[in-house]
Amino acid sequence: MQAETYNYKVVRQFAIMTVIWGIVGMLVGVIVAAQLAFPDLTHGIPWLSYGRLRPLHTNAVIFAFGGSALFATSYYVVQRTCQTRLFSDKLAAFTFWGWTAIIVLAAITLPLGITTSKEYAELEWPIDLLITVVWVSYAIVFFGTIAKRRVKHIYVANWFYGAFILTIALLHVVNSVEIPVTLTKSYSFYPGAIDAMVQWWYGHNAVGFFLTAGFLGMMYYFVPKQAGRPVYSYRLSVVHFWALISTYMWAGPHHLHYTALPDWTQTMGMVFSLILLAPSWGGMINGIMTLSGAWHKLRTDPILKFLIVSLSFYGMSTFEGPMMSIKTVNALSHYTDWTVGHVHSGALGWVAMVSIGSLYYLIPRLFGRESMFSTKLVELHFWIATIGVVLYIAAMWIAGVMQGLMWRAVNADGTLTYSFIESVERTYPFYYVRLLGGLLFLTGMLIMAYNTWKTVSDSNAVDDTVPATA
Amino acid sequence: MSAFWSGWIIVLSGLNIIGCWWLIRWTMKKRAGESAQGDVTGHVWDGDLQEYNNPLPRWWLWLFYGTLVFAVIYLILYPGMGNWKGILGWSSHGSQYEAEMARAHAKYDPIYKQYAAVPVAELASKPEYKEAREMGKRLFLTYCMQCHGSDAAGARGFPNLTDNDWLYGGQPENIVASITNGRNGVMPSHAHLGDEKIAKLVQFVLSLSGRATDQAAAEEGKQLFTNSGCVGCHGMDAKGNTMIGAPNLTDNIWLYGGSPKTIEKTIREGRKGQMPAHKDLLGSDKIHLLAAYVKSLSNQ
Repeated sequence: MQAETYNYKVVRQFAIMTVIWGIVGMLVGVIVAAQLAFPDLTHGIPWLSYGRLRPLHTNAVIFAFGGSALFATSYYVVQRTCQTRLFSDKLAAFTFWGWTAIIVLAAITLPLGITTSKEYAELEWPIDLLITVVWVSYAIVFFGTIAKRRVKHIYVANWFYGAFILTIALLHVVNSVEIPVTLTKSYSFYPGAIDAMVQWWYGHNAVGFFLTAGFLGMMYYFVPKQAGRPVYSYRLSVVHFWALISTYMWAGPHHLHYTALPDWTQTMGMVFSLILLAPSWGGMINGIMTLSGAWHKLRTDPILKFLIVSLSFYGMSTFEGPMMSIKTVNALSHYTDWTVGHVHSGALGWVAMVSIGSLYYLIPRLFGRESMFSTKLVELHFWIATIGVVLYIAAMWIAGVMQGLMWRAVNADGTLTYSFIESVERTYPFYYVRLLGGLLFLTGMLIMAYNTWKTVSDSNAVDDTVPATA
Repeated sequence: MSAFWSGWIIVLSGLNIIGCWWLIRWTMKKRAGESAQGDVTGHVWDGDLQEYNNPLPRWWLWLFYGTLVFAVIYLILYPGMGNWKGILGWSSHGSQYEAEMARAHAKYDPIYKQYAAVPVAELASKPEYKEAREMGKRLFLTYCMQCHGSDAAGARGFPNLTDNDWLYGGQPENIVASITNGRNGVMPSHAHLGDEKIAKLVQFVLSLSGRATDQAAAEEGKQLFTNSGCVGCHGMDAKGNTMIGAPNLTDNIWLYGGSPKTIEKTIREGRKGQMPAHKDLLGSDKIHLLAAYVKSLSNQ
């Protein structure tokens, strides 16, 4: 009888697409950043207008790039830590082609201006239905694999992946309740302020479960693997997992401070965002302290550099987030580019860096190699990406605080000191720096694509054998 | 909100906070047969993945406790737990917004009041009221520039305030009335006239500023201008009527644009212009200064 192998095919497909979607999503990001720096750049071409490309950028980097990275790593991790092949190869293949179809549909409909106008949930109702079907299939494959595991305990990475999959299903279904009027247009089921609250309950938990819990799952496998060290503390895993997933649920209203939302809701949003600080940091501590006793590896191993720096950015943005949720801080930061900087210290610094590090670990192993084609290029990618993120977020911090201060400045007679356009004018230098930062990050992805191509092109796909149960 | 939903919020959020506390205490407990601190737990995945049985870092633990204690205190002081109003009596509209507005009124109203008795015309022209005009300008840059532009020269559909052409009259009382109560300018659609008649009307309107390209059509247009009702608002001489904001068509100043195409569109589809009322937002003292500033622009 032929020995059972892991299903690496779907992992390979998602892993390669992660690199490609990363380039696409970040390229669109660079284009919209350039449009802010040079407003007439694509003047007069409706489907290249900022309002249509911006949701394409967010959808492409979050759901295409980030989503593919999560699919690839979760399928890999759940098989290896459960010591069994995926629950269903056919269903897994369906999730790949289904998810890819969703991304292609997004790339067509968003530039055409077809949108629900709900942030991070812009896709119209037929695509929402497809997402639901694909996501339920994903859940069946993932939890089916957990159910047929050959080891007694469920590894911590799988708790996080599992919470991410379940919660995203819930968020997507509730937030997407809409009334179709035509094939390409629907209206939200919820009225006014309730719609806003549901939207940001969704929006913030998309950050919490898609971009945090999912990627913590990734971290809990690839950091200890690459470091060759046990996870720092099992107890910490338990506390921060349950505390994180329960408190995140309340944090959404901090996106709606000083709006029509009732006071009690805003208070809850702020209070639970502050409680969220320690549970968030639990993941950072567990990741970084895993390296304790092996710090010297950081000098020579660029993959570890990616992973550890991603955890540092994670720690920084999960500190910044609760601070920004405090109403008095929010009164300054809200609607400014500070928010954009905060999002990108999480999205580039944490999500992209941890994904890139994990992929550099993963890709050679999927193609029967010891390591990537060039470790030097991985090192180069690391430095270019890090400098890119730092330029990006520093520029947006300064721009954001400056905007907030300019908007609230008043003359002795109570009139505004600055008009809005003056704050835009002063922001230009920072838009140039941000564009440069984004360009550097994109350049890093292109280096990664080349390195991946060289790694993959002269290798053969290899599916590891599932080891016999001890 | 009803007592049920209030209780629902209190129970769920309270359980979550208490749950975090319990979770910490429960996880910290020593269990029979567990491995020693600093040792691995004994579980192994994927060949070499293991976990240490390390305790929760102390500084982190205090951070967590600290945020939980803060949360409880904050929720006692401020409205958060359902219908509980908080013992500080704070609310965003009642205490915060209204208190801030009251402070602003106390601080700024006297500054504007000092010019209330001086007639607009004097504020607009006399050198000693330069500071009043500066204040008017700052008000303009806060409240008016979004439509009329920072130089008050207007934009398509928004009148230029620096020339001497006034849709509703340029006397101080007209300007004050425009700002106070707003204006609604309506040019009705004349699509029912049909293409041919509209084309002739366009030629007539162009001829008023000496730009007609088809004199015969302009002559016929003149008849139509009288017969089709245009004179009702724009007058026999086409010089408009400031009572209803009907523009003067003879001065080559155009609110929506003066190209043949735009004039045709204006006649065919009509236009709707709106200047919002600022009575409640600004109050009469600020409007007084704004009117003086606007008046001063066309004095130069």
